[in-house]
Amino acid sequence: MAARAIIETKDLTQIYGMGDARVAALDGVSISVHEGEFVAIMGPSGSGKSTLMNILGCLSRPTSGGYFLDDEDVSGLDKVELAAIRNKKIGYIFQSYNLLSRTTALDNVILPLQYDRVTERSTEERKKVAMKVLEMVGLSDRVEHQPQELSGGQQQRVAIARALVNNPVLIMADEPTGNLDSKSGAEIMQLLHDLHDEGATIVMVTHSNEIASHTERTIHLLDGKIDKIVGNGKKAKK
Amino acid sequence: MNSSEVFNIAWAAILKNKVRSLLTMLGIIIGVAAVIVMVAISAGTEATINEEINSLGANLVFVQSTFTRGGASGLPEGGLVYDDAAAIAEGVDGVSGVVVEQSASQTIKANGVVLDAVTLLGSTADFPSVRDMSIEDGRYFNDLEVDRNQKVAVLGSSLAEELFGEADPIGQDITVGTTRLVVIGVLEEKGLVGDVDYDSRLYMPISVVLDKFTQSQFSRIMGDRVRLIYVEVEDQENLDNIILQIQLLLAKRHDLPLEEADFTVTTQQDIIGTQEATTAAFRSLLGWVAGVSLIVGGIGIMNIMLVSVTERTREIGIRQSIGATPSDIRWQFLTEALLLSLVGGLLGVIFGVGGAWIFGSASGMRTVVVTESIVLAFSSAALVGAFFGFYPANKAAELDPIEALRHE
Ligand SMILES: Nc1ncnc2c1ncn2[C@@H]1O[C@H](COP(=O)(O)OP(=O)(O)OP(=O)(O)O)[C@@H](O)[C@H]1O
Ligand SMILES: [Mg+2]
Repeated sequence: MAARAIIETKDLTQIYGMGDARVAALDGVSISVHEGEFVAIMGPSGSGKSTLMNILGCLSRPTSGGYFLDDEDVSGLDKVELAAIRNKKIGYIFQSYNLLSRTTALDNVILPLQYDRVTERSTEERKKVAMKVLEMVGLSDRVEHQPQELSGGQQQRVAIARALVNNPVLIMADEPTGNLDSKSGAEIMQLLHDLHDEGATIVMVTHSNEIASHTERTIHLLDGKIDKIVGNGKKAKK
Repeated sequence: MNSSEVFNIAWAAILKNKVRSLLTMLGIIIGVAAVIVMVAISAGTEATINEEINSLGANLVFVQSTFTRGGASGLPEGGLVYDDAAAIAEGVDGVSGVVVEQSASQTIKANGVVLDAVTLLGSTADFPSVRDMSIEDGRYFNDLEVDRNQKVAVLGSSLAEELFGEADPIGQDITVGTTRLVVIGVLEEKGLVGDVDYDSRLYMPISVVLDKFTQSQFSRIMGDRVRLIYVEVEDQENLDNIILQIQLLLAKRHDLPLEEADFTVTTQQDIIGTQEATTAAFRSLLGWVAGVSLIVGGIGIMNIMLVSVTERTREIGIRQSIGATPSDIRWQFLTEALLLSLVGGLLGVIFGVGGAWIFGSASGMRTVVVTESIVLAFSSAALVGAFFGFYPANKAAELDPIEALRHE
């Protein structure tokens, strides 16, 4: 029984620039990612990984092509609708953490709940939900710390907690360990694998073959096209 | 994101850069404070002038000489003469009193007290009613005493106190220069009107002043000319008619066509009207000053908000990536701009009210803080904040999430 597709794209194309400066950052990319799948995206610099992640993460719209996210056609949505999708369905983990400075870990994690227009929660409820995910990433004792008082690994945990707080259907991670030393990088990867074990759907960009080999599939991009898709010999967990 | 959360974010952003926020507000603070202080000064001045005009006595018409210099001697020619006053009193209907005044200055002695440079005010008998003065004791002199050049005097209240203390001055002798007069009355206290102290003066028939105390070069040149005749009318309704009668009568007496009259007739209404026109001009000047400083303040806010948007581009990107809509972002920055201008406005009100008070007590000028000026200045500040905050807020809202995240 094939799992439901969370991501399904058809001929995604992203063109930058005009005339001679025209660059096809993505050129007809059709992929699908199933519920509960952990997929790595690899490719040389400039191959279009971030461009693809931005479109899959609903941060930008493709020049052309179709995109179904969680059975919803999101390729024609406007800015406001995309913002709501980002808030409810997607959790981002960035290479550079992207936490609000001078804002406590707790307040950073609460932020997506504040922009949530669908589920009304009281301030107390929001705090409770945020505390729970912070506990899940092992930061119960750091909730009142601000980013500059936390290590890189801890900051990335806060970012993961923020990504999880709204129960997204998809987690997007663009080189989540790129700024970390190998030890805290491994810890973050362990956390992602734990989430995956619990059923999360994750798409991650990485430059490391080692890290990619622990995912289920690796999509290799080259010059904006899919070069090859490699199964890593792991069964998708249900 | 509810409004109190938006407010908290904006407030935190303002507090994060306290000095910068304060400097940004400076334009608004100065603009609002300036409006309040200047309106307070203008309202205070207006109130003072209105009181002065009213205390001159109601229903007054002023007939003023317009001398012309003529002939080889360069001496004044034409203008009002003393007898014109009596002619108006007799020849114009609806006139309840006519007063001519001539002042002089003399040393006076009485009851062993000597006072230098006391102002003498010679007038006709209608003076108390026309100029709104009351008799405290005794009586004012009458027409007959004026006609007969009688040496009688009426004391201003503080002058009476200085010369006679507790004693009754009525019937006492008083020596003015070298002339002896007898005191027949004391006026009620009037207080200062403008900078004129009516209570320290000595009042006597104008004939006595002209005869005895203005024997200067000037008065010889002037002859029996007077500069100003006060006419009190019975009824405001007939004012235009009375003015016309006066003009016709005097033109005929002076043997001049009306267009070449050597006098002008004005009313209190004219003076109030002139005053109001001056005040209105001052007000509109104020309006411009206030408007310009508020606009400068608004541009300051716009400038700093643009800086703020640039500085916080990454923050905007982060917020967008986790679900902030363009209108969420727009509101956040608009709230910040509004808050800057409202806090600036509030500080401006505090400084304005305080400044008006300090200015009043330091300069001795009367200041009246006008509530409307506070409301107007404050709401203009809010409007300025909203207007000049809109562009930066919109700029923030229109940012592309990816560009914003890539910033720095
Ligand atoms: N905003 C843009 N305007 C113009 N060209 C762009 C823009 N963003 C990306 N590109 C181009 O699109 C191509 C793909 O860029 P992308 O950032 O997706 O690469 P990447 O695979 O993420 O590279 P890296 O591994 O260095 O992060 C590159 O040639 C890049 O120069
Ligand atoms: Mg990239």
